[in-house]
Amino acid sequence: MIKITSIEKGIVIDHITAGLGIEIFKYLKLDGVNFSVALIMNAHSKKLGKKDMIKIDNIIEFDVTELGLIDPNVTIITIENGTITKKEKLSLPSQVENVIKCKNPRCVTSVEKYVDHVFYLVDEEKREYRCKYCDEKTVFKGV
Amino acid sequence: MLKGRHLIDPMDFSVEELEEIFLLAEDIIDAPEKFSKICDGKILATLFYEPSTRTRFSFEAAMLRLGGQVIGFSEPQSSSVSKGESISDTIRTIACYADVAVMRHPKEGAPKVASVFSPIPVINAGDGGHQHPTQTLTDLLTIRNYKKRLNNLTVGICGDLKFGRTVHSLIKALSRYENISLVLISPEELVIPDYIREEIIEKNEMEFRQVRTIEEAIGELDILYMTRVQRERFFNEEDYIRLKDFYILDEKKMKMAKDDMIVMHPLPRVNEISYEIDSDARACYFPQAKFGMYARMALIAKLLGVK
Repeated sequence: MIKITSIEKGIVIDHITAGLGIEIFKYLKLDGVNFSVALIMNAHSKKLGKKDMIKIDNIIEFDVTELGLIDPNVTIITIENGTITKKEKLSLPSQVENVIKCKNPRCVTSVEKYVDHVFYLVDEEKREYRCKYCDEKTVFKGV
Repeated sequence: MLKGRHLIDPMDFSVEELEEIFLLAEDIIDAPEKFSKICDGKILATLFYEPSTRTRFSFEAAMLRLGGQVIGFSEPQSSSVSKGESISDTIRTIACYADVAVMRHPKEGAPKVASVFSPIPVINAGDGGHQHPTQTLTDLLTIRNYKKRLNNLTVGICGDLKFGRTVHSLIKALSRYENISLVLISPEELVIPDYIREEIIEKNEMEFRQVRTIEEAIGELDILYMTRVQRERFFNEEDYIRLKDFYILDEKKMKMAKDDMIVMHPLPRVNEISYEIDSDARACYFPQAKFGMYARMALIAKLLGVK
């Protein structure tokens, strides 16, 4: 495995499903930052076989709900003064607001534009969500 | 406690709360004169964004028979909605004048949006092809009256199971009673939506089967619930014409049914029940409409907290 210098203060996004690292990298807009960032792809993992990983040499703010939608397997590790201060295992959010848009042309959200698009999780395994208003099913594929 | 609550989805009320409504409805049926002034000084607003005769009249009659008053519109063109007013603004304005609001809307989830913004109870009187919970109150009260129970029933539901909101609401409500067996009778194009099959029928382990003809199921049924294929739910007129007369219940088919089976229909009917059935003692769709009014009287009284 390639060695990347350890982080003093920053975030490690670990256990990313192999192949989704680039999507998370893009979602976090890490290609435009001025601090060190490493995207590691297809690293060996005891748990997953193969995994992607992102190391960020800075503490950045982002929406963990949306990140959980991209990949619920992810673990977010926060490092300060060279030690781990927080470890957060993500999961699919039970409810999401204004992330998915309802595609049902009969849904009230298609005409009442001020209404939030709210979806609730109905099947974690299939990643299925339903619209709070019309019950239309959506399988979440990416932000 | 039902006072101040909304009724948007048939599952909004528990089985016990529904029972409260049915008991009150039965008291009203027994002695309507005792309840004729209980809504004196109260106003019901009927917000009908989609044409309706039956449901609107049923609600209006219900409120008038409770001694209350009714305001509202029966088509959006005659209201500020035609000027582009949002549902949230309409309901908040109406709530300044009325004590309870009833909404029918072609868009699915519209009454839910209204309930989010409304300080007064909102009743869903039908939202697109989605839900119609007061029709379900009607149906359950009718079944209770004719069959004396809401469990241990084999219920055939026939016609447009895809867009039939009364069907979706009824199945949801029946899923909470014991030993309900469903026979879903529809053409391939109008089968029950996935979300009702997967999340209501299968999740609650209800016994069910899907068939294409009335004949292969009618003999085993306690209830046959007929529905109309609704022109307004089709984007394509050709599909409607092809499917509208797919099922017609006639005397010949009724001969295959049990003596105590009842035929229900949310009305209006088009061709799906032959007129010759009307004189059959098992036809209970007109009494069902009357039960609907009593169910709505009980609902209004409960939401307003006057009983």
